[in-house]
Amino acid sequence: MPSPKSEMQKFGAKYKLIGKDYPTPDLYAKVTGKSKYAEDFRVDGMLFCKLLLSPVPHGRVKHLDLSKALAMPGVKAILTQDDLPAPADSVTDLGVTIKANTQGEKALTMEPLYQGEPILAVAAVDEWTAAEAIEKIDIEFEHLPFALDPLETLRPRGPNPRVEGNVWVEEENSPPRVGVLKWKEEDFAPAKYGQLPMGKPQEEWSYGDLDAGFKNAALVLDETFVTPDTSHQTLEPRTALAYWQNGKVFLHMGTQSTVQTLAGLGRWLNMDRSQIVLISEYTGGGFGSKATGYIFAIIPALLAKKANAPVMMRISREEEHFIGRARPGFQGRIKAGFAKDGRITAVDMYAIGNNGPYDEAGDVGASGEIVSLLYQPPAMRWRGVTVLTNTPPRGPQSAPGGMQGIVMMEPILAKAARQLSLDHVAIHRINSPEGKAEWGPASNGKRAHATSAFLKEAFDRGAEQFRWKERVAQPKRSGSKVRGVGVSSSCFFAGSVGYDGLFVIRPDGRIAIQSGIGNLGTESLSDVHRVVAEVLGVPWEKCDVIWGNTSKNLPWTCVSGGSQTTHAMTRAAHAAAMDGKQKLQEIAAKTFGGTPEQYEVGNEKVFRKGGGRSLTLAQAAQRAIQLGGKYDGHEPPPDVNKYTKTSIAALAGQGLVAAAKDKYPHDGQSFSYVASFAEVEVDLETGKYFLTDYLAVADVGTVIHPKALSGQVLGRSILGMGHAMGQKWVFDPQYGHTISRRFYHTKPPTILDVPTGMQWAALDIPDPETPVGARGIGEPPVGGGCGAVLNALSDALGDEVFRRAPVNLDTILTSLEAGRPMQEPLTAFI
Amino acid sequence: MAVIRDIMPAFQLLQPGTVADAQKLLAQHDADAWIMAGGMDSFDWLKDRIKRPKVLVDLSGIEELRGIRATADGVEIGAMTRLSEVVGHPLIKEKYGLLAQAAELVASPQIRNQGTLGGNVSQDARCWYYRAGWPCYRAGGNICYADTPVGRNREHAILHAERCVAVNPSDTAPALIALDAKFVVQTPKGRQVMDAEHYFVGPEIDITRMNILRPGFLLMAIQIPSTWAGAQFYFEKMRDRNVWDFPLLNVASAMKLSRSNIQDIRIAVNAAAARPLRLKAVEDAVRGRECSPATGEAAGKLAVQGAVPLQFNAYKIPLMRNLVKRAIGGVQEAAWAS
Repeated sequence: MPSPKSEMQKFGAKYKLIGKDYPTPDLYAKVTGKSKYAEDFRVDGMLFCKLLLSPVPHGRVKHLDLSKALAMPGVKAILTQDDLPAPADSVTDLGVTIKANTQGEKALTMEPLYQGEPILAVAAVDEWTAAEAIEKIDIEFEHLPFALDPLETLRPRGPNPRVEGNVWVEEENSPPRVGVLKWKEEDFAPAKYGQLPMGKPQEEWSYGDLDAGFKNAALVLDETFVTPDTSHQTLEPRTALAYWQNGKVFLHMGTQSTVQTLAGLGRWLNMDRSQIVLISEYTGGGFGSKATGYIFAIIPALLAKKANAPVMMRISREEEHFIGRARPGFQGRIKAGFAKDGRITAVDMYAIGNNGPYDEAGDVGASGEIVSLLYQPPAMRWRGVTVLTNTPPRGPQSAPGGMQGIVMMEPILAKAARQLSLDHVAIHRINSPEGKAEWGPASNGKRAHATSAFLKEAFDRGAEQFRWKERVAQPKRSGSKVRGVGVSSSCFFAGSVGYDGLFVIRPDGRIAIQSGIGNLGTESLSDVHRVVAEVLGVPWEKCDVIWGNTSKNLPWTCVSGGSQTTHAMTRAAHAAAMDGKQKLQEIAAKTFGGTPEQYEVGNEKVFRKGGGRSLTLAQAAQRAIQLGGKYDGHEPPPDVNKYTKTSIAALAGQGLVAAAKDKYPHDGQSFSYVASFAEVEVDLETGKYFLTDYLAVADVGTVIHPKALSGQVLGRSILGMGHAMGQKWVFDPQYGHTISRRFYHTKPPTILDVPTGMQWAALDIPDPETPVGARGIGEPPVGGGCGAVLNALSDALGDEVFRRAPVNLDTILTSLEAGRPMQEPLTAFI
Repeated sequence: MAVIRDIMPAFQLLQPGTVADAQKLLAQHDADAWIMAGGMDSFDWLKDRIKRPKVLVDLSGIEELRGIRATADGVEIGAMTRLSEVVGHPLIKEKYGLLAQAAELVASPQIRNQGTLGGNVSQDARCWYYRAGWPCYRAGGNICYADTPVGRNREHAILHAERCVAVNPSDTAPALIALDAKFVVQTPKGRQVMDAEHYFVGPEIDITRMNILRPGFLLMAIQIPSTWAGAQFYFEKMRDRNVWDFPLLNVASAMKLSRSNIQDIRIAVNAAAARPLRLKAVEDAVRGRECSPATGEAAGKLAVQGAVPLQFNAYKIPLMRNLVKRAIGGVQEAAWAS
């Protein structure tokens, strides 16, 4: 039953540019292959480097002899841990010093904490020589105890992944340190029945009357669910090229953020960021794993210094598997109470996150916050533990933690609907956030709230477009096939505030828009600046977006992560556009007399209202240069970030310089929401299933660029589907080695695994707390992509088939044969 | 010494233009030579620096090993014929559609454009321990890492495991067995033509190889007799992803019916054992019986007799049972239009 085509949607009725498709400035280079990613650059005298990776999950280098490698012709330098700068303190934008974490991740180490961790790097005239040299290195490791599964190290006598322990301990006024957390033997009793043991948590919060919530419930469910660890698997691996010129380091790398990557590089290199030039015009995907770059980029930078020659570090797919980050898998349990009408009365949630050995991923904490917002339990307790293990380091992956929380919660909602004989859309709708919905625990007696939420409208729209009622009424079983439909709620953080916009109206009448946003494939790098052209009434063809190089005078910009860019930077663009408009009006008043308010900006002119004299933008830019001061950037606005001030100073005198900080009011935290619908067809004789249809309806505020939005809504839904349909890590528990190293092992979904007729829709209801009304969308669809598929599967197969994701044909077939869930309920990495 | 699993080590690349030259080179270099067809298996081994041949004999320049030719009694396919050519060839599609179906389900379009039929049937096991360079039985060691109490073996063998529990991952091999294909192998002592199932070798015969090829041997062509041309064919492959995945299990059958009775049948499965298995007991049991769901049901049960699951692959037993059942008794397709 195909859904109507999404292309029928029309957006931006009251705008010329906003809500309309357009050719983005990077489009032609991308489709013709002319775009240059880090690996495509070549520099005179460039060396190549290769990495020696740890063969042990936890150990210490006890013997290292580099002499044979260094003696090889063509080998120029070898970099080890000893060549790295000591971990540096960092100072936040607000001037707060954050003490360096000496137990955090380093680019190279002599005490590897996971198999595949880089030990050293060899620079040579070519990769072949570097690889041969690595094989000539005499290295021996002392083996140390290791732990892969959080539950294993939490046991009273369980092994610790690090010499110092298995969890991070937070203490006031000092960096986090590694400590020990062990549970009691009796805590593990529930594991015998496949239920999650729940010992002492690291963190917990609660609100409302939990006991009353459960007491008054018509139905209480208590479910354990395990979610997979999944690699980001960006198509562009963590390749980087570095060289030094006159004391500055030039780094070519793929990163999600341009401006915001400098801080990390500065910290890792222990250098002032003014001495670092980052070139990153094109990035082959990030999904959170390259939010502010990656520490391994300093390897070619330091090798280039040591070898006194440019160094290219090409990262292979297998290396990317180890160092390319992943989503923490969760072992989780939720007890939820429901009233007869499906309204949740209480939620008691416990989440254990598998963190890998290094810096703590925020997933466990975010999971509780998102569940509290998305399902609006009137009473909730959240408890969590983030456990260190000897598995590759985790990092934020699209909807970090939120996704896992949703995936724990969704099967419970579907089960409750079946047990209470309720419609699945209805049970989602009745628990959906609305308006300024509250979320998270109370702080100072008050809970935080969202800027807005229109998820109920999204369900209404989706149920109609998906023909939900018709599908539910269809026969379920035919031949060896059984069909199921599922629906899921989804949301994630979707906006920050307080960044700067910056552009120059040049004397030729063109507008040079400075964009500090990374080109991570979302098109936000140019999308948000459509606002500038819209506000000034300038054709888009007259705008040049400048991006991808920190020497090009960019403004202070948000991290291109956490789905905040569209929200944060449309605000900044709007603020800068209003500054430009004001300056144009003032210049006109200074030129022709009268007050600025008597002038209007539009049609590439500033003109007197009701007719009269006018200046073209080109003329106004020339006037701005004559006037100087704030008009041509010689006097920057006092409240923009100091980084922006440096850029303004460099642009001063080139035209009318418009710059402003986003100071628009903002009541609440911005989130975006998605209602997801899926249909599956399962073959009961093989367990094989096909996802036959999918629809996602997004509540993202004002739609800025429909094509880019569709890419995000459906693309990130697919990321979520991968978690339902097969993506995972597998380790050998005896040796602590990753055995799923290749795409055909880790199984990210392919385009043939998703329905050809997938559809999306957007409500296009402006968020009331931001001037353009737009919120972010990268991450919010992910949980729904997974949840809707899982719920469609349980609709087809019932509640006794799976209790973990991914669900593969083996899960289904074995459970159907046995009549109960047969997969190991708790073990990680099977 | 340190290990790196990246960058092909150096080797001497030899690119003969004729079979005669290839034979000469193989004789000259004997066990030092690695034969490469499409490279889809070889490049993995080489880039991982696990297999380190001194000499690589690349067959891609030998025209006489390519092409699909009608013969007096069927068709002959050169070993170096690309899988996509097999898929698209009119004669194969028309009369030996079982092979076209199987070849079309191999990996992905890109791999089918590069991979060859000879390479597909001759490929090595994909056990993730073995392919990562672990020193297991198949690699000449004395342990199987997949078959330990905690080994991860979801994709491994349920039948005929003998120390090694790896499976043969070829999709075309069972189809060729069902079609009663003959493999033409050039050996140092002359040309041998053998039944398809005899080309493959289980661990009980030789734990380090998947087929009879030894140094100096060359798979030349695969001949399909017309015996089964236009018969009733069934091929089904189960995999996790709908493209670019090895089989969890596959089944191929060719059946001749006399009215509703099974006059004759050949059926084979793969990814159940270290070699593709011709299910002779099933063939004998159903020959002469009515081609019905009940016969299929009985055949499925018979097929999995003796199957032994490992810790994570018990699903393969009902899967094989049901695939064999469907190959004979048919699939109950859903009545709805999806």
